[in-house]
Amino acid sequence: MRLQKATRFGLYAVLELARDPGQQLSAGDIAQRYGISTNHLAKVMRELGRAGLVAAERGVGGGYRFAANAKRTTLWDVVSLFEPAGRGPAEPGEETQAGAALRVVLDEVAEIEEATLRSISIDTMLRMRPRVKAQAA
Amino acid sequence: MRKTAALKPVDRLDASLPAHRIRAAAPEDLSNISALEGKITGQPKPGYWREMLGSYGHGDRYFLLAEDEAGKLLGFVLGEIRAWEFGSDPAGWVFAINVDPDTRQGGIGTALFDAVCERFRAAGVRSVRTMVDRRDHLILSFFRSQGLMAGPSIELEMELS
Repeated sequence: MRLQKATRFGLYAVLELARDPGQQLSAGDIAQRYGISTNHLAKVMRELGRAGLVAAERGVGGGYRFAANAKRTTLWDVVSLFEPAGRGPAEPGEETQAGAALRVVLDEVAEIEEATLRSISIDTMLRMRPRVKAQAA
Repeated sequence: MRKTAALKPVDRLDASLPAHRIRAAAPEDLSNISALEGKITGQPKPGYWREMLGSYGHGDRYFLLAEDEAGKLLGFVLGEIRAWEFGSDPAGWVFAINVDPDTRQGGIGTALFDAVCERFRAAGVRSVRTMVDRRDHLILSFFRSQGLMAGPSIELEMELS
């Protein structure tokens, strides 16, 4: 599964902020940590704000904070904000037997993807300890 | 006489975890188990649970329940060790876990899962598995939160017409 940049940035931001719900970080702070574009992330943060996943605090020391329930918010809640919803319009050739068979397989893949993303909460993600290759200094 | 462990004190890391004890289920628990099943699914299935109580609770088949200080049933779990299934090494299988909806989000499900895993470990197995309807996001999320990931097998099926 390939994620669009906005989706990946949104996941980074939500996971970074949810790691410590008391902290407030600017889009620039988060972008710097992950080596991503601040401008692009700023647009993503506004979308996350509209969805109620983060809240913007104004003033000195202001920034974004996590505003949702980490145990009830899943990866799907973030991914579905940025990735196209549903199966999309019919593709050329889908009316053929081969096209229809291909659609059945692709629908199965999409259903498993969605089930996986819906089943993993932000809290579960934060408790995962995958092995990460040591970065060269 | 039924053996019971000491009541587990409230976990400092999760203040909402109620005081509870976990013990092996016994035939006299049937009415409470059936009532909890009815509360959750609307179908008490007493015949099914009578059969389960007869089949589990001995050998490598575990039927554990959690109860509060007053003996009120909070939840239960069933698991067993299956050896060489589909060519795999012996593994622990969890195929039923139910927690009273009034007690959920309090850590009882985790305590039951930990308890059955502890028995699997003591029996020498090194992995635990389950199978869940992929549309059942609640139970999928629970197992994910316990650390389970997609395993090496994919379940396949077809309709026999």
